[in-house]
Amino acid sequence: MMPQANIFVAAPIKAELALDLRRLLASMNTAPGRVDPGNPIVPFGQFERLHFARFVILQDQTLDDIQVAYGLPRRDYHLMLALIADFDGNADDFRAELARKAAVGLEQIFSCCEGFTRGSDLPQWMKDHEQPPAAAYVNWAGRTVRQIHQEDALRLALEAHLQRNAPQFGSKRPREAHLLLKQFADSEVAAGRIRLSEEEPTPLGWKLRQVLHLLGVPLILLLLSPLLLLYSPIFIYQLRNREKSDMEIAPRPDAEHEASLSRLEDHDVTNQFSAMGSIKPGRFRCWTLAFLLWLVNYTARHIYIRGHLARVPTIHFARWVFINDKKRMVFASNYDGSLDSYMDDFINKVGWGLNLVFGNGLGYPRTNWLVLDGSKNEQKFKYFLRRHELPTEVWYNAHPGLTAFDLKRNSLIRQGICRDDMTDAELQQWVALL
Amino acid sequence: MSPVDYSDVQGIVRFGHAHMKEGCYLLLKVKNFSAACSWLTTAPVTTAIKTDPRPNTALQVAFTRQGLEALNVPANVIDGFSAEFITGMAADENRSLRLGDVGANSPANWRWGTASHVPHVLLMLFAAQGQLDSWRQTIRGRSWADAFEEIACLPTSDMGGRESFGFIDGISQPEIDWDQARSPSINCYERKYSNVVCLGEFLLGYRNEYQAYTDRPLIGSDERAASELPFAEDRPGLHDVGRNGTYLVMRHLSQDVRGFWQFWNKAANSDPTQLYRLAGLAAGRNFTDGSSLVPLNDEAIPGIGDGGKDPQLNQFTFDTDVDGTHCPYGAHIRRANPRNADVLGNPQGVIATLIRTLGFGNKNVRDDLIASTRFHRILRRGREYGRALSVEQALQPAGEEEIESGLHFFAINANLQRQFEFIQTAWLMRTKFDGMTEESDPLLGNRSPVPGCLFTSTFSIPQAGSVRQRIADLPQFITVRGGAYFFLPGIRALRYLSKVGA
Repeated sequence: MMPQANIFVAAPIKAELALDLRRLLASMNTAPGRVDPGNPIVPFGQFERLHFARFVILQDQTLDDIQVAYGLPRRDYHLMLALIADFDGNADDFRAELARKAAVGLEQIFSCCEGFTRGSDLPQWMKDHEQPPAAAYVNWAGRTVRQIHQEDALRLALEAHLQRNAPQFGSKRPREAHLLLKQFADSEVAAGRIRLSEEEPTPLGWKLRQVLHLLGVPLILLLLSPLLLLYSPIFIYQLRNREKSDMEIAPRPDAEHEASLSRLEDHDVTNQFSAMGSIKPGRFRCWTLAFLLWLVNYTARHIYIRGHLARVPTIHFARWVFINDKKRMVFASNYDGSLDSYMDDFINKVGWGLNLVFGNGLGYPRTNWLVLDGSKNEQKFKYFLRRHELPTEVWYNAHPGLTAFDLKRNSLIRQGICRDDMTDAELQQWVALL
Repeated sequence: MSPVDYSDVQGIVRFGHAHMKEGCYLLLKVKNFSAACSWLTTAPVTTAIKTDPRPNTALQVAFTRQGLEALNVPANVIDGFSAEFITGMAADENRSLRLGDVGANSPANWRWGTASHVPHVLLMLFAAQGQLDSWRQTIRGRSWADAFEEIACLPTSDMGGRESFGFIDGISQPEIDWDQARSPSINCYERKYSNVVCLGEFLLGYRNEYQAYTDRPLIGSDERAASELPFAEDRPGLHDVGRNGTYLVMRHLSQDVRGFWQFWNKAANSDPTQLYRLAGLAAGRNFTDGSSLVPLNDEAIPGIGDGGKDPQLNQFTFDTDVDGTHCPYGAHIRRANPRNADVLGNPQGVIATLIRTLGFGNKNVRDDLIASTRFHRILRRGREYGRALSVEQALQPAGEEEIESGLHFFAINANLQRQFEFIQTAWLMRTKFDGMTEESDPLLGNRSPVPGCLFTSTFSIPQAGSVRQRIADLPQFITVRGGAYFFLPGIRALRYLSKVGA
């Protein structure tokens, strides 16, 4: 299988060029929130391995919070530009492809950033400015863009065939229906109207790293366990102390901020979400968060690789990235549905998980024992999230109109159409996918 | 936690006033501030107190944000209302997109509810047979013409408990926990579907399903007219503008009754049995008697009453129909209330619960796509308008003088975003609801295009033991003609609102 990878390039913006940069990025869109896939700056549509990409200006609205909550001086961080992308294959190949297909546009963009001069080695410069995510999630490990498009075409062909021959299929048992559809699909493949490519070989180096990671993390945990056990009473004491005193900062976001975000949303069945904030000051929260994300990343690499992150099936790709020496964090995801339903799904299904991670964020609604309450303070949680959200200047989705569930269903349809050894029960379930 | 003072709640929250067969909705603009205030001060607003005999007339009053401004309500008070109410139903393109108010539904085509046609005040008038005209005269009273300009007087029709297409309407309503006895799990581990819903989901100032108080304007004792208001239960010392009030959603929906029946008749090849079957599948209930398409639960469901026909009509969930072969996933009532608990499969014990919490243990591909319907319930208070057509009449071509019919849809909820808007957006209009694709609500859907999708106009009917039946090319049957978000104040808050701006 071809694994997915991501990049997170972040570079400080030259203050005097910030406005130019915003204009330049806006010129890639046909309307706010709607990128032109063929835009001359970065023609995302030409990248055959790219799932999602975005440019977002990391402008933290909440820098005063640290003063309000902890009396510590406000720190003025440099305004930054982030390029975030999820793709098939490895990052080196993707950077090289970027340099090949979008050199001029990227030079224009990065010229607005500190330390970039035209003619620099683009791939190297991007690599130098990358921040590896502390945790990254992929909805379905190994599902490539090519596979997504092929499987969608297959489903649509089957769908049209079924509609054309509805009376004929109406009386068919699943086994007969499957056989007829399989014959139809085979003839379509033979005629070259649809393609179903073989799975690509798994890169050996990746496989090796995967195995090492799979075994390494539990091994390290095992080795550390006596220490962790000894430390746990102290941890609980430290945690409870902080949970009692940490201040909540979750006022309702102002209408202007709200509008600047919502006008970018709901132009597709999938949406982008970019947010940033400060981590609560002190080493305790920072290390706790780093440890937790290390575990989250483990589960995302080895357990949650088939269509759901805990109970949430609507996230395509997501990542948590530390920046500024682990003082701040960026979270970026691609999810199905509107933000309101995303947040409700989150609260009701994985509230504990949100608390675990975002509970270490400055101003987050009060948690209890790390996982309880917090996000269940529904309105405060929603305000908190929205207030920390950033307008995503440019957002590209290679498969608009397809939810993560659509992709899963299409894959299951494809798997079934290629098989001729299914049991009656399996056939029944397969037919129900159509 | 104090008991509900029914004398401070408008009657419409507790009663549908169904025995008053006549009704109309007056959409008003405030013409003269002080005349309007003095009218409001003496308005005979109906409360939620039970009386014997029941009243023969009723009046309910609600305001838009523009209405509160026209009453000179201070900005800090208005800012305390929800963002959806402040912006309004039609003033934000993104909201219109999400609510499905695009294309033919677009606010640009509305008869009222946009720009200068946003009403300030809504009066709901109800009366027993033959008494509406005189009740309206009484309400208008003296100084009426000074106080208000009437944008519209929207009539209603009594269609005998059926809506304009002919389905029995209003069968399922949440049971409000007036006694505040319910204490649901805060951390979302309700294992069984319940029809009893916390009072705070329908009235501001009380605890909601998260055991929290929904945001609403609270003011200090030193602020103008504060003494008119009750205290906030959760913030002693502050006065609660919202307590015993709520948000009221109004949508003016015209229904293409002929189009509806003629479409399904064609799909049924003019076979009457098939016609009623298909129409029933689209609605999610049997056409003739409103009974459930899925088998009833053996076990009682909390809040589904033991009196009358309720258990026969409502004692069901869709857990007994995971493959959708009794009631299609996309059927209107299955979209509008999927009837599920916080966790699927009623897990027993720590391990089973943990497995579910971590997202495992699903048996079917669609399992757990939707959960926790208790946070997305609304109280419906709509009334029909226009002329009722029988199915036989609807199958005939339209005559020369066609009378429009439809529904004045009303929903009561304390959180517009999480209740009405969520149901409308994520469940009814969304073409991807419950793992489906290319279809929106068979009754309400606008069939508007979705980028990346070839069509959005189908209705799938899963079949046991064979390939699903799929009806293609559903037209739009229901068109939005107007709408607004209102604040329906408590009685004391109404007095406050008519005084605060003076």
